[in-house]
Formats: sequence, structure tokens, C-alpha cells
Amino acid sequence: MASLIHCPHCGVRPKEEFSIRGDASLVRPDPEASDEAWHDYVHIRSNPRGRYREHWQHVAGCRRWLVVERDTFTHEVFSVTDGAATAREAGR
Amino acid sequence: MTAYRLTSGGLVDRGANLDFKFDGKTLTGLSGDTLASALLANDRLLVGRSFKYHRPRGIVTAGASEPNALVTIGKGASTDPNTKATVAELYAGLDARSQNRWPSLKYDFGAVNGLLSPFLGAGFYYKTFMWPAAFWEKVYEPIIRRAAGLGRVVLERDPEAYEKCWAHCDLLVVGSGPTGLMAALVAGRAGLRVILADEDFRLGGSLLAETTRIDGVSAQAFAEASLAELRSLPNVTIMPRTTVFGWYDDNVFGAVERVQKHVAMPQAKLPVERLWRIAAKRALLATGAEERPLVFGGNDKPGVMMAGAMRTYANRFGVAAGRSVAIFSNGSAGYQAAHDLAAQGVEIAAIIDSRSDVADVAPAGVRLIQSGSVIDTQGRQRVSGIVVERSGFEETIACDAIGMSGGWNPVIHLACQRGAKAVWSPELQTFLAPDVGNGLVVAGSAAGRYTLVGCLADGAQKAAAIAADLGFSAPAEAMPVVEEDIDPSFTALWYSPGAKAKAFIDFQNDVHVRDIGLALREGFGHVEHAKRYTTNGMATDQGKLSGINATGLLAAMQGISPADVGTTTFRPFYTPVTLGALAGTSRDEHAAPVRKSPLHGWAQKNGAVFVDSGLWYRPAYFARSGEKTWRESTDREVRNVRENVGLCDVSTLGKIEIFGPDAAEFLNRIYCNAFLKLPVGKARYGLMLREDGMVYDDGTTSRLSSEHFFMTTTTALAGGVMSHMEYCAQVLWPDLRVRFCSSTDQWAQMAIAGPKARLVVQALVEDDISDAAFPFLAAGIVALKGGLKARLFRISFSGELAYELAVPAGSGEAVADAIMEEGRAHGICAYGLEALNVLRMEKGHVTHAEFDGRVTPDDAGFGRMVSAQKPDFIGKRLSTRYGLTAADRMQMVGLKPVEADQHIRAGAHLLREGAKPSTLNDQGYVSSACFSPTLGHDIALAFLKSGRERYGERIVVWDKLAGADVVAEVCNPVFVDPGNAKLNV
Repeated sequence: MASLIHCPHCGVRPKEEFSIRGDASLVRPDPEASDEAWHDYVHIRSNPRGRYREHWQHVAGCRRWLVVERDTFTHEVFSVTDGAATAREAGR
Repeated sequence: MTAYRLTSGGLVDRGANLDFKFDGKTLTGLSGDTLASALLANDRLLVGRSFKYHRPRGIVTAGASEPNALVTIGKGASTDPNTKATVAELYAGLDARSQNRWPSLKYDFGAVNGLLSPFLGAGFYYKTFMWPAAFWEKVYEPIIRRAAGLGRVVLERDPEAYEKCWAHCDLLVVGSGPTGLMAALVAGRAGLRVILADEDFRLGGSLLAETTRIDGVSAQAFAEASLAELRSLPNVTIMPRTTVFGWYDDNVFGAVERVQKHVAMPQAKLPVERLWRIAAKRALLATGAEERPLVFGGNDKPGVMMAGAMRTYANRFGVAAGRSVAIFSNGSAGYQAAHDLAAQGVEIAAIIDSRSDVADVAPAGVRLIQSGSVIDTQGRQRVSGIVVERSGFEETIACDAIGMSGGWNPVIHLACQRGAKAVWSPELQTFLAPDVGNGLVVAGSAAGRYTLVGCLADGAQKAAAIAADLGFSAPAEAMPVVEEDIDPSFTALWYSPGAKAKAFIDFQNDVHVRDIGLALREGFGHVEHAKRYTTNGMATDQGKLSGINATGLLAAMQGISPADVGTTTFRPFYTPVTLGALAGTSRDEHAAPVRKSPLHGWAQKNGAVFVDSGLWYRPAYFARSGEKTWRESTDREVRNVRENVGLCDVSTLGKIEIFGPDAAEFLNRIYCNAFLKLPVGKARYGLMLREDGMVYDDGTTSRLSSEHFFMTTTTALAGGVMSHMEYCAQVLWPDLRVRFCSSTDQWAQMAIAGPKARLVVQALVEDDISDAAFPFLAAGIVALKGGLKARLFRISFSGELAYELAVPAGSGEAVADAIMEEGRAHGICAYGLEALNVLRMEKGHVTHAEFDGRVTPDDAGFGRMVSAQKPDFIGKRLSTRYGLTAADRMQMVGLKPVEADQHIRAGAHLLREGAKPSTLNDQGYVSSACFSPTLGHDIALAFLKSGRERYGERIVVWDKLAGADVVAEVCNPVFVDPGNAKLNV
């Protein structure tokens, strides 16, 4: 966790303005994908120590979904980017 | 007489007497006093009883680490228990009471525990009260709690106001002693935005008790001049009475400012406390060092005090701690205290130094005992003598106070609060702060630089480095000249050998040396284990005085270095923070704001009885005269809707406006049923699934134009659905051209339901709303008479002919009034949440009582709605997995009691007749139940295994809570008008 998040749209804001969804690396599988792929996507989560990319929404601000890359151990935040831009880059 | 007010000196206003009360007796202090200094001036040595043995205890310190002098201040609802007298600023009318004693401080019944102390060693409670297990909760714990209480919390509502604020700065300086002042000056002059915070009401820190001169003036005058300059700098904020209690991520600091804790009658326009979050680019910790107590026999008697505290009381408050003071020291600081006290005319009975061959010089004529050990003290409720042992010989020296000085513990709490461990310094014989990066820098005594010259230089130098780092230029400055400076070095002494009485480490929790030894012998030698086994450092002072001594003792007992023992974990808060400050303004309606519908005024006029419903305050029913219960009102409302017409406020539904060329495609992917081809002017019921195939929410969505849809969600999930849609639009399908925004608060929406609904609505609407022109599920924009544009939807939750009319929120009340006026001839009534709920149950309509996260569309009877044609939608893939399509899933059914006068309650479970209640025999559960005025008996919606095949079957409704089993018949969940004849008229 961090105390302050640098929202790319709103600037530095306190973490209480955000809500956290979780792992941002998950990619929604194709509807025809295997049971295992869907099971992994919907149910299986890792709990890593160290670098982690998460989806946070700035609910009390611009309401954009953001990708926050942070360290779960040191709480350092490496980057905060817009989720849609990140998704487009990933070709979604 | 022991302690007394000196005839001159000190930073107290001798012309300003302040009367206060202690244990009911009126005493007098001076402006500038703390409660502790005023008590000492009145020779009140005994101020409390210890936690476990109820031993008499006196003031030990002059600051935030005080373990003994905890008092309760204030009266009634404004009572603050466990307030440290040593930091409580004296004011006229202050009313303080001692704690943990009965019937009085002097004659305390609990002191009998002291006689039992051989049986009350460390771990005693764990060992003794193990058996029988049931006794712990009922017998032992209540007794122990009563005996071991500190101050009592008051259960009355706190009448005071609190608030929370943010502050931002380039440099936060914590502590206003020589280090902090110099740092703030250097940074302030360089142009940094500086916040200087100090917990004291008077700034200057240790300078306030110094006798040396700086730059030719007294240390106090130097502090005052420095503060005057800081006040003149617009970029510097000075925060007195502010404790920086925590260091958090991103260099955010928590602080509490005591705005009005020092006044008898707080002003209503100001809070009593403010909780600050300070976002600091850099911080400088100038918190000084805490004097380390010495562990010797009888060291807990009233009259035994830190030598530095004695200096502070003498120099800052003009109070002598005794008339004849013995000093026990292992370093220079003890001598400094002796000199200062002697200069004020206090007799120094002797200086006992644990070291040999020391260079420190005792005041003229004072006896110095080197290589001495204190083994006991004399006196019962106050010290009358000190028993010293040297070279095997014992000697008793008469005195009425003992000053102890065991070296220094830098105050490094903040630096250690985020996981980094304190580092043992063999040279300084103490723990220093770890390197925690450049966000937080420790300086001065807190960094082990104890001399005044060192503090001033270190503060200036580190502030200049920070300024340069942040791009400011700090000109090199000449350092203030200190006339006389001493180096308070010491040789660590963890235990004064040969104790003939208990030698205490933790005064507040009554932990003594033997307890630590016992912990070690019994395998609890790790510093964290020893803490919990003995409770050392677990009192409200959190081991500020005792923690390092416990580490030293554990090391000495094992013959290892304190580095190998380490310290216990430092956690926020540095000192206790009131719950009021933490809550701030988030109390009552400010914690959960009262959210009122735009039709609130209309509801009030019509006699609504309101109920908290999620975020909203909604009409439960509209009581009419003569109706004694909510059921009477609700039954009338339901009958009237079925027979005539009713008006219900549905403004609280979540409302979302959806626009864009891909809006239809977006909805098609969000809902499990088809939306792509929804015609303009039509509303459709939609089901949203979660990705795991369970129902998430339902509602109606209408197409107002080809690229504009209007969605409603359930009231409770308005926020959740919005976030879900935003996630889908932004992250899953960022290329869809769709935009939406919430309009929940912008529309007042009302349902007009009942066979006469059209008569009422048509009277207000210009457009033709006959069944032919505006059939069931029609939706569109209409003109109200008078010209107001409104949205009209022909949808029905009640099962009656019904319309939902949405108008801009500001016009809601006027339109509702007009509907009531038009409807009067048709017998219209207002109906509330209760009636709404009964009406929907009679019609078999679902709410989130049914959609509880375990229910699929098919479970609720919507199986055929789920599109098989759509290539994809949220929840599609996993809704086909085996567990969600199994034939024996629980399906929604209706229930009616076989005997019509029997009642069914929601939450009851279903069993086959004759089956024992067990998880294995569980057939299902009741999700909603009510009395149906239309049918004249109870009805219920329930989920039952393979329920739709079991209509007509008898089933037991097992209700352990109500203590009644009812036999019910399984039936179609649509109790009223299953053929929808009433809708299509």
C-alpha cells in the first residue's frame, strides 16, 4: 500500500480516494478458451512478494481505472498509468 | 515537606496563580506549569498506584515517557483517562483524579497484591488460570480486569469536536530543541516550506532546562529569539502541542494537535484536537534522547526520579524535587543535575557513581561515592534514604529524593516504525536509528550527538544538505557560540548488583529484574517473547523507559551483546491518540451521511415513516391516523395499489446514461440477455452476471435514441455496477465507442401503479399513453402539462398496470404533488418500501434477497433469457460449467403455509417431512417472506432443490430462531396474476 498515489489525470492524491481490484496482468480469455484458462482467470490469484501490477480505480476522482505497479513488501510505487492505454498497448 | 517551589527562576509566571483540583483537593500552581510540576510544587509525591502490585508511585519524568503519573482529567462526558501529568498543561479549574486505587491513593486495598507478589511472577496468569477452561471468561478475567484497571473510559457521548487536516511541506522538523530550531532556521532562511512540530506547549525542547549561555544570552532567550525569527518567516509554520506520532508510506506523517486540551471551556467553533497528515518531501527527526533509568532495589518509590527531570523541574518550572537529593549516576549527566540543583540551594546528599576513576567533578562539598551500587531505598510512601554498597560495605544515606541517570536512549521511534531495526552502537552504548533513506534524517541527540554544540551543528548541517538536495541554496552560517558545554557520556549499567528489594524495569506494568530472569529460564528469552511473557513494555507508555533496559538485561544475563538481543518492534503511535481525533468529523450522520431522495419533502408531507435503507433514507410506510402498526399501513397500501392506484418513490434506483455508437454492443456484452436489437422507445429487463456465472444485478434499460440508453440498477448496487461498467469499458474493451455517467441524483423517479394508474398519469401527460400508443415496456420522452419534459416507462414491479415517471430532481416534489392531486378522485395513496416489497413478492419478482451471489439466472427462473446466440458476454463461459447447470440445483419456488394462519420467515431452511434438521438434509431456504393482504395469508419465495418439479409437495419450513416448524406447500412463485392479464390492459 502507499499513502499517496500519483494519478496520471488528477495528480498526487491520498490512497483513500482509490479502490483496488487486484492483479492487472490477467487477460480475459477468449470465450472459446479451455476450462482451465477460464478457471485461472476467474479464481486463481497469486500473492507475490515484491513487484506487482494492480488495477486501482480512482473512484473519488476521475473514475479511471489505473495500473499501479508497486512493491508489496517495500510499498514503493514504481508507476501509475491509465488502464485503457495499457490495455490498448497490450492489444486488447 | 520534600518537593517545593523555588523562590525564583523558571519559565513560570509567578504572578499568575492557577487553582486546580487533585483528588478533590484544591491546590495552586502557576501559569507555565504542567500538572506534574504543580503537583511537585505542592509536595504531592504520591500520584498513582502501580498496575499489578498497587505500589505507591510518584512522578519519574518530565515528559511523554512518564510511566507513573497517569491521571484522569475532566468531568462527565469530557473525561480523559490515562493522561500523563507530565505533559498536561495546567489551567485554572483543571480537575484531575488519581487512578488504580481504592478507596484512596493513600490507603489502597489492592496493595495486598504486593504481599502476594511471590505468587504473581511473570507468566503467573497464564499458569494459574488455565483450569478449568470455562472459568477464564466467567471468573478469572473479570476479577483480574477489575483489579488491574487503569483509568476508566467514560461511556457517555463525547461532546467535543475533532477534525482532520492535510499539510504539505518541503521539510518537517520534529522537535524544537537546539537541533530542531537550528534546522528550521537554516531551512527556513533558505526558503523551504518548513513545518516545525513539537509536542510541548512551550517550544525550545532541552534549551528550556539549560543553564548555559548561547551567543551571550541564556539558552531560553536564544530559543525565544530563534522562534521569533521563525515566526517572521512566511514559509515556516510552527505547530506547538503537536505530537508527530507516526511515519507512513510516501513520507506522510501522522500528527495530533491538541488545540484546546489546555483550556477549561473549549470554544465551540474550534476542535479540541486536530489529526494532521503531513506530506513532507523530507523530514528531520530532532526528537532528542530519553534519559535511561537505573535498575536498582527499591527504585520505584515516590521520590525516585530521572536526574534530567529534576533539572527540568528546577530550571524550567522553578520546582525542587526534594530538599536533600541523592544522585545515582553512571555518567556526566548526574553531575550536571547535581550542580544545577546545588546552585538552586538544594542539598545534595551524595553522588553515587557506578564507575571508578571518573573525571566528573561533584559540586563543592558534596560527597562522591565511586564504584558504588544502590541496593535499596528506605521509606514507604516516599523516599527517606538510600542504601549504598561499596566494596562489600553497606551504608544508608538519608535523603528525600533520588535522581537517577543511566545514560541516554535516542528517541528514534519514528525512524523504526516502518520495519527497519534499530542498530546497537558499542561506542555510544545505545541503539541508534537505522539508515532509512533520505526521506527521514535523524539529527542531534536523537542521532547520538549529545553535546549542545553537536546538536546545533548537526541540525544546521543536515538541514543545509536537505535544502541543497531539494534545489535550494542555504548560505553557510556562523554557528551560535555555546559558553559551557558538557559531554554527557556514560558507561552502561543494566543492573545495580546486590538489590535487596524489587528492582523495577517497567514501572507501569510492575516488571522487575527477576521476571526477566524467569522469562529467560523458561525459554522466553527472545526479546519479543520476554516482552509478552513479562508484559515489559506493554503498558500505555509502550516501554519508552523500560524497553532498552530489558534488552540490556537479557544481554547481560546471557553474556552477549545487546546487538544480539535487539529491540522489540516500534509501532505507531508514538504516544496514545484519542479515538476522537482518529474519528475526526466522521461521527453520526457525518460518518454515514443521510442521503435523501428528491421526493423526501413529498414523503414527509404524506406522513412517511422513514427507514435507513443502504445509503438512503427511505419511506417505509405512510401511517394514517388510526393505524397502530406498520402492518396495518402496509396492508392498506398494498390493497389500494391492487384495487385503485398508488405512488411510490423509486428515485433511489441507480441510473446511468449510456451514449455512443457502440452503446448497444456494450450493453449486449454487459447483460446476459440480448440488447443489440432493442428498438428505440422500448424498455427491457436485463440481467447482469459476474464472470463466474452468478447473477450480479438486474434492472431495466431503455433505448431513448439509437445511441442513448438509460439504465437502472438496484439501489444498493448503483456504485458497484458503475465501477463494473467502467472496468469493462476502460480495461476489457477500450476500443468500444461508449461513454456513460451516473444520473442517479439528477432524476426524481416515481412509480404510479394500480388499475387506475393510466387515468392518473394521462391527466398529467400531453402525449397519448393508451395501451395502443404506449404499450407494456414502452419507454420515451413525454411532455407534462405545463411543458416539463419527462421520461415515462411502462414497467411494473408490482404486477399492476404501472408507469415509472422520471422528472428532473428539482421538479420532483411538484410533480409528485400534482399526481397526488389528480389521483385523489381515483383513491390514490402513497406507498412505501414495505408495500413495494409485498407487491413484488406477490408477483414473484426478485430482489437482492434472492440474488445473493449464489444464484444463477436459471435458479431464479430466467434460464431462457440467457442468450445462446451471443458470442460473448460477461459470465457466459463459466455459466455453462457443470456445477451451474446441475439438475438438483436449488430453484426459486413459492411457498404458502398449509394452515393459513401460520407464519413463514426469511432465513428459514427447508426439510422433507420427518427429516432431521442437518446440513445433509437441507433442501433449501426461504429468501423472502411476508403476509400477503391480497391472498390473506403468508407467502414466501424460497430456493428448493429441483424446486420447479415439486409444485404441490409439502415441505417443512424449519425455523430454529423462531422455534416453530411450519408445513408449507411448494407452488409457483407468481402468486398474483400469473398470466399477466393485469399488465397488458
